Amino acid sequence: MQSYNLNHLKVLESEAIFIIREVAAQFENPALLFSGGKDSIVVAHLARKAFYPSKLPFPLVHIDTGHNFKETIEFRDKYVEEIDAKLIVGLVQDSINQGKVVEEKGVNASRNGLQTVTLLDTIEKHKFDAAMGGARRDEEKARAKERFFSHRDEFGQWDPKNQRPELWNLFNGKKSFGEHFRVFPISNWTEMDVWQYILAEAIELPSLYFAKERKVFIRDGVIMAASEHIQRKEGEEVTKQLVRFRTIGDITCTGAVASNADDLHAIIEEVASTRVTERGTRADDKRSEAAMEDRKKQGYF
Amino acid sequence: MSDSNNYLTMELLRFTTAGSVDDGKSTLIGRMLYDSKSIFQDQYEAIEASSKKKGEETVNLALLTDGLRAEREQGITIDVAYRYFATPKRKFIIADTPGHIQYTRNMVTGASTANLAIILIDARKGVQEQTHRHTFIASLLGIPHIVFCINKMDLVDYDEQVYESIKKETELFASKLNVNDVRFIPISALNGDNVVNKSKKMDWYQGSTLLYLLETIHIGSDFNHVDCRFPVQTVIRPMNDKYHDFRGYAGRIASGVFKPGDGITVLPSGFTSKIKSIELMDQKLAEAYAPMSVTITLEDEIDISRGDMIVRDNNQPVVTQDIDLMVTWLNEKVLVPGGKYGIRQTTNEARCMIKEIVYKMDINTLHRMEDDRTIGMNDIGRIKIRTTKPLFVDRYERNRETGSVILIDEQTNETVGAGIII
Repeated sequence: MQSYNLNHLKVLESEAIFIIREVAAQFENPALLFSGGKDSIVVAHLARKAFYPSKLPFPLVHIDTGHNFKETIEFRDKYVEEIDAKLIVGLVQDSINQGKVVEEKGVNASRNGLQTVTLLDTIEKHKFDAAMGGARRDEEKARAKERFFSHRDEFGQWDPKNQRPELWNLFNGKKSFGEHFRVFPISNWTEMDVWQYILAEAIELPSLYFAKERKVFIRDGVIMAASEHIQRKEGEEVTKQLVRFRTIGDITCTGAVASNADDLHAIIEEVASTRVTERGTRADDKRSEAAMEDRKKQGYF
Repeated sequence: MSDSNNYLTMELLRFTTAGSVDDGKSTLIGRMLYDSKSIFQDQYEAIEASSKKKGEETVNLALLTDGLRAEREQGITIDVAYRYFATPKRKFIIADTPGHIQYTRNMVTGASTANLAIILIDARKGVQEQTHRHTFIASLLGIPHIVFCINKMDLVDYDEQVYESIKKETELFASKLNVNDVRFIPISALNGDNVVNKSKKMDWYQGSTLLYLLETIHIGSDFNHVDCRFPVQTVIRPMNDKYHDFRGYAGRIASGVFKPGDGITVLPSGFTSKIKSIELMDQKLAEAYAPMSVTITLEDEIDISRGDMIVRDNNQPVVTQDIDLMVTWLNEKVLVPGGKYGIRQTTNEARCMIKEIVYKMDINTLHRMEDDRTIGMNDIGRIKIRTTKPLFVDRYERNRETGSVILIDEQTNETVGAGIII
């Protein structure tokens, strides 16, 4: 008898495509949050597969802290042009200029936390009723409990104790006026799944993910990119090191890892043998044990 | 693991864990993650520090899965949490569900997509009311494989008699239910006996460890590959010059195997056609089966929209507005007899009226309670509903995809009921 087995990547792909199509069908004005990082690139790729040969039926939305890696923005613009998508950029600088948020001061200043306000403003301004993102449940403890369809109240808040039960493959996107949903099509993927899928599908990524000699300095044991956006303390010497980035968020809170993995096979081997989580290089999660939970309740990604 | 291509043959197994409070679920999951080397150094250091802060002597592996702050404070798991780990053979998705009585809805949620359920029993306490409840839910939700882990064997001196007597009692209870594949394993999650590594203290147990079972249990037959059902999610019409006439029906195959050339019927219209192509992006597929997401094109131009279903001519679901359900209630507001609710089934959406509450289940004794028909949070009961338009349904026992529905409160929009079609 013939066997009808799909490998785990095919099952995950099929699940994500199903979710993305549900979003397009159930919501009037959805958007895809696109940071230029590998997870959002994978979601965009899945979205293309979901609607091919049509174009994406929703825009890509980038919440831009202004503190980016140059490579990320170049990649973003090239990618958007290639797939002929619509791009909407929400600038944290605008939120600062409007006095809605106050920039953090000091050497550890980061705009990462400020993104929440800009994100909610952008959602409100464009009247998005669903915002898809590339967050995964394996990233962080608080994310492990989030639904695929995550309901947000009129303040954009997430209430972890009052989540809608999610059963079978039946997703309930019903909401009252002013409320919206965050949707996470690759919830069930791990970092390894993402890399394996990128390899299997030959998905192009920003060069930051691959090892190269880069100008860096060390802070609290984390390798940081030497950038005009980060104020260095005394004694923080800039050196050249062979590094790559496991995540590419805001430059002020994204650490690099010493690595010589310069292609996908090498990265997969590195991920398989690595002993520290991906977010272990994220300074934003280190602020307190419940840092992510607090930010999510306020409306973070 | 060094071969970066072996991933192409890995399978995916979804399982759920259930047990009474303090049966050691979180410890078991922590143990599986730890012994299969799926825990990262920074995660381990974080729980090591937390354990010390609380004055515990050993590293508390349960802390790995206790995600939310409220839980860390109260020391209980209050919501379904999803965990992931992989071995070279399989990737695992764990739906970790709480054992608290008021959280039955979470077990139903976690169980709805699972291939396998692990039900924990404390060796000192034996079969509890909760064990009955969890086994019943696993059977009701059609989980193909159930593994009973008799935990805390270290606290009963690894006594074979204790294990055998619990096994016997559980088998008796399970025999009254519709479960096909039942396994038993004596373990100590705390010490790691028979979880990933074989216990040196239970020579009398000849079976496999839990992880070995999870890696090897046959799951290829868990999907229905017989009855062809393709619920249409959305219609793809690019309307550009290159694809001027392209009209594709996007969806995920609920069950069965579809091939180009197959004769099909579209429900509810009853129009017939042939499958022209099955596509995913630039690939043209020779066949497609559950649970693949694809786009299907047909030989004829037919008016098809979301909620319609493409099926084979000679094997069709029941088209009906009158449906009998076993419903699990998920909300504090009780089920209202005669009340109206939104209903979702496959990609279809309608409204329905509760025509009758036939009985409520006592899920500890499996008795039907015909004198108490109030169905509140965490209750399970049999009801009859009538929908505003025909749905295309199969019995849940035969088809988990086309046999399941959710009920939605029309005021709050919350998902309030989980229904299984009988």
